[in-house]
Amino acid sequence: MASAMQGKEPIAARLAPRVEEASARASDKEAPVRFEIAGLDFFYGPKQAVFGLSLNIPKNQVTALIGPSGCGKSTFLRTLNRMNETIRNTRVVGQILLDGQNILEMDVVKLRRRVGMVFQRPNPFPKSIYENVAYGLRVNGHKGRLHDLVEHSLRRAALWDEVKDYLHKSAFALSGGQQQRLCIARALAVDPEVLLLDEPCSALDPVTTAKIEELMFQLKDSCTMAIVTHNMQQAARASDFTAFMLDGKLIEHNATSKLFTTPTDHRTEAYITGRFG
Amino acid sequence: MSGLRLFWRKSLNVVMLTLTGVAAFAVVSVLFMILGYLVWKGGSSLNWNFFTKLPVPVGETGGGVANAILGSMKLLLLAAVMGLPIGLIAGVYLAEFGGKSYSFVIRYTTDLLNGVPSIIIGIFAAALFVLPVHHYSTFAGGAALAIMIIPITLRSTEEFLRSVPGSLREGAMALGASKWRTIATVVLPAAKGGIITGVLLALARVAGETAPLIFTVLGNQYWTTGWNQPTAALPLVIYNYAISPYDDYHRQAWAAGLVLLALVLLTNIGTRFALSRGASGGSN
Repeated sequence: MASAMQGKEPIAARLAPRVEEASARASDKEAPVRFEIAGLDFFYGPKQAVFGLSLNIPKNQVTALIGPSGCGKSTFLRTLNRMNETIRNTRVVGQILLDGQNILEMDVVKLRRRVGMVFQRPNPFPKSIYENVAYGLRVNGHKGRLHDLVEHSLRRAALWDEVKDYLHKSAFALSGGQQQRLCIARALAVDPEVLLLDEPCSALDPVTTAKIEELMFQLKDSCTMAIVTHNMQQAARASDFTAFMLDGKLIEHNATSKLFTTPTDHRTEAYITGRFG
Repeated sequence: MSGLRLFWRKSLNVVMLTLTGVAAFAVVSVLFMILGYLVWKGGSSLNWNFFTKLPVPVGETGGGVANAILGSMKLLLLAAVMGLPIGLIAGVYLAEFGGKSYSFVIRYTTDLLNGVPSIIIGIFAAALFVLPVHHYSTFAGGAALAIMIIPITLRSTEEFLRSVPGSLREGAMALGASKWRTIATVVLPAAKGGIITGVLLALARVAGETAPLIFTVLGNQYWTTGWNQPTAALPLVIYNYAISPYDDYHRQAWAAGLVLLALVLLTNIGTRFALSRGASGGSN
């Protein structure tokens, strides 16, 4: 939250011009809903982490999830592709519909093909750049030559020009920002409808962060995105809708422009002006 | 701060630094002393015959320990075939699947098994594989060494799998890979270098074991055919020759010791070299 604490002026004021731009983007069409979440509770063993959360994630838009550490935003994001199932003793109550289908009854492999994920720290596999991108394709049963799909995915992640001559080098040879774009390319390779981004820029420098945000903007044509971020400028710059969470509850959800300029809840206002968190 | 205290702090620093340095040097020098002593005592007996000929009676020249070298290799092969799969698979289970209490029991038992003196494992293997059939065999020796290999392999495999970051597993699962596929295609390749190193260390460790072999393979002056007869092995040759009263045999025992140590060292260095060369997609 360093950024929020640097200046005493409200963040909304500093962001105003950009926010208006975002607002124009968000309001010019009423997007259809991709994810429909209703009455979601989530438990780690006996401890409840998400309380009665209801939220619609609109199609081909970026929805940002903000809130202080431990407020349950990452937990919530990870229920959307059922990643939390890999943790023992977790329990989901409520309804999550993806295009009207209940994801809790879906085959998890099919769900994760449709809902890709990018993590906080770049996590390329200890394989070549090419094999990293091809991994999801192979898991999903693609056989034989995948070169065109690999190239297409790397192009979509704006990484192709940087790596096209080193496709068979280890992914570890890339810089942190390139690794993260590789992870995005890897997720895009199976052509997901939704991309979940869990603080994708927290380990990256500002220049690389800008590249990823630019990328998100371009991907909106083909992809719905939900991003967890601690960086409120990022939420304001890169998202169309923002949801503010606190102690496992959804406090406020609105078009990014509205939430940052005229928050209706005093806790949202306190958070975005840097008075806590 | 008074000058005395500062002086005290600085001298303590120097003393501790020296101590750690000396201890580290002592570790390295022990290895080189052993190696040097073996070369000094046994180097003169190393020749082509030593590696290619059978032992000869005292007084004759030109004998070797070829049958013991082959015997040791056969024993290690048996131990690897019988012990490594169990150790590796159980290690995967402990690191990736095991529940809390069950894993604790397995891990604890494994550590106990690792601590069982090798001579007891020898007696156990003899009771199981020698007494019922009334003869010593290569197979019984291999089984004894396999019992020793299992806990070492299991724990090193588990440790190296655990050191693979969870984010890699998540990355694969998020792409729709099943748990088993994630382990087979991402986790195991990531831990490959460490696991192979652990396996080789385990093999090197049991290559020099003598006690489990005394009751199981006995030793042999001649070539052994198949897996069902007593066989010679390098540690047994060292043991038998060293307690004999003949200078000629003593020299051969030193030479055999040198060969054994060289094999272990070469395996170790060779693997490390191979791993660092082949690790382009592997370690970071």
